[in-house]
Amino acid sequence: MSRLELQHTLTGHKGRVWGADWHPTNNALATCGEDKTIRLWSQEGNRWITKTILSDSHTRTIRDIAWSPCGQFLASASFDATTAIWDRKSGQFECNATLEGHENEVKSVCWSKSGSLLSTCSRDKSVWIWEVAGEDEFECAAVLNAHTQDVKKVTWHPHVDILASASYDNTIKMYKEDPADNDWTCISTLTGHTSTVWSIAFDGTGNRLASCSDDRTVKIWQCYMPGNEEGIATPDGDMVWKCVCTIAGHHTRSIYDISWCPQTGLIATACGDDIVRVFKESENSTKLAPEFEIVASQHGAHSQDVNTVKWCPTTTGLLLSTSDDGDAKIWKYEI
Amino acid sequence: MELENLNPNVYKKSAERTVTTSEEDDSIVDPFDEREVFDLIRAINDPEHPLSLEELHVVQQNLITVDNEHNEVKVNFTPTIPHCSMATLIGLSIRVKLLRSLPPRFKVTVEITPGTHSSEHAVNKQLADKERVAAALENSHLIEVINQCIAV
Repeated sequence: MSRLELQHTLTGHKGRVWGADWHPTNNALATCGEDKTIRLWSQEGNRWITKTILSDSHTRTIRDIAWSPCGQFLASASFDATTAIWDRKSGQFECNATLEGHENEVKSVCWSKSGSLLSTCSRDKSVWIWEVAGEDEFECAAVLNAHTQDVKKVTWHPHVDILASASYDNTIKMYKEDPADNDWTCISTLTGHTSTVWSIAFDGTGNRLASCSDDRTVKIWQCYMPGNEEGIATPDGDMVWKCVCTIAGHHTRSIYDISWCPQTGLIATACGDDIVRVFKESENSTKLAPEFEIVASQHGAHSQDVNTVKWCPTTTGLLLSTSDDGDAKIWKYEI
Repeated sequence: MELENLNPNVYKKSAERTVTTSEEDDSIVDPFDEREVFDLIRAINDPEHPLSLEELHVVQQNLITVDNEHNEVKVNFTPTIPHCSMATLIGLSIRVKLLRSLPPRFKVTVEITPGTHSSEHAVNKQLADKERVAAALENSHLIEVINQCIAV
C-alpha cells in the first residue's frame, strides 16, 4: 500500500468548502464554499496562504470554480443561479461578467481545452454552452435539455470540443457540435449507475472516462469510434461509450468527486465516509476489461465528508481535497 | 389550505426520561443512544396538525438506530398517509433538527419507513442529497417553515 502524506491544511473558509481548482501553471489554487467567498491561495516558502478573498459577487453558496486553461480567468458557479467570470486585467481580481439564464442553482462550471467555450449546468436540468465572444462577452451557444433531473457536473474532453455531463437522473451524457448546422446535440447516453452520478473525469487520452456515484461505485467507460477494431457497433456513425469496469466494495457512502491524473494515470476519489482513496490500473489490466486496485486509503482524511479531489497539473503526485469540515488539504502521493 | 389527513390517529406521548446519577456525573463519558436522538426529534411539530411527530407515530424510538462509535445515526419516519405531500418537509425538519443538535462527526440518514409511502424512493433520494438539502436551507421561505416545525 502506498500512502497520502499530508503536506498542508488550508484553513479560512467559514463552513463547508464545496469546490477547488489548481491554477493551470502557477503554484496557486482557488477554493469556494458555503460562505459565498472565493479564496485564492499561493505558496510562500513552506506555507500556503490566502492571497485574496473574492466576495460580494454571489448572494448564495458558491458550488464550483474553474480556471481557464490560460490561467487568466476564473469562473464561479453559484446557487444564486449565476456564473461569474473573474479576471485581473486591472491588476487585481474583479468580476467583469455575470452569466445569467439558468432558472435555479448552478452546480458546475468548466472551460474547454481551447478556452473559447465555457459550460455550466444546473438544478433546472439543463446544460448551457457559452462562447467567449470577446472581452468580457459571452454568448449562449446552446441550451441542452437532455437530462431529466438536476445536472451535477460538466467536464470537457481534454483534447477536442466534446462535453460530458452527469446527473441526478443516474446517467452521463456526451455532446458535440454538428459542423453542418453548428447545433450542439447529445450524441451518447451512458447508463449503468443506479443512483446520482456526482462527478466524471476523463483520462489523459480522452478515450476513457471515470464516473462516481451515490451508488458507491466508480465506473470506467471506454470510447469506441466508428470502425473500431473490437467490432463494437456504432449505429449512429458516432462514438459509443461502454462501461468496461465497475469498482465496487470500497466506498461506504456517496462518492462526491473523482480525479484522473493525466501524468500518472492514478484515480482519486472523494467520499462521504471522510476517506480519500487512490486507485491504480493493475499490471495485468487489458483495454477491454481493465482492472483497478486500491493503492491508498486515507482514513479520516477530513473530519467530515470530502467534497472534491484534484490532482495538481504542475507537480506530479500532489492532490488537493476539500471538505464539509471547512478545510482544504494538500496531500503528496508517496509510492 | 385543505388538510390531507383529516382525522389522524393520535397516540400517547412517552414518559419523560429518567436521568440517572451516572448521566449527571460529567466525568463519565455518555455516548449518544436511540432515546437521546428520539428526545431531540419527538417534539417536532407536524406541518398540518397541532400535534407532535411522536403523537402521530411519525417518529418512534424503535425506528432509530445510533452507532455512536462509527458516528452514524439513522432515523426512519412513517408518514401518516401513503400519499402525504408533506413527507419531504417532515424529513427535512428531522434532518435540520439533528444537524443543529448533534456534533458534526455524525452522518445522519433520514428515510421513510419502508413500504409506508408511495414516493418513498424519490423522497429518500432527495433527503440524502446533501447538495439539494443545502440549497433548500438557503431558501428563506422554506427555512421559516422548517423553523416553525422544529420550534419547541
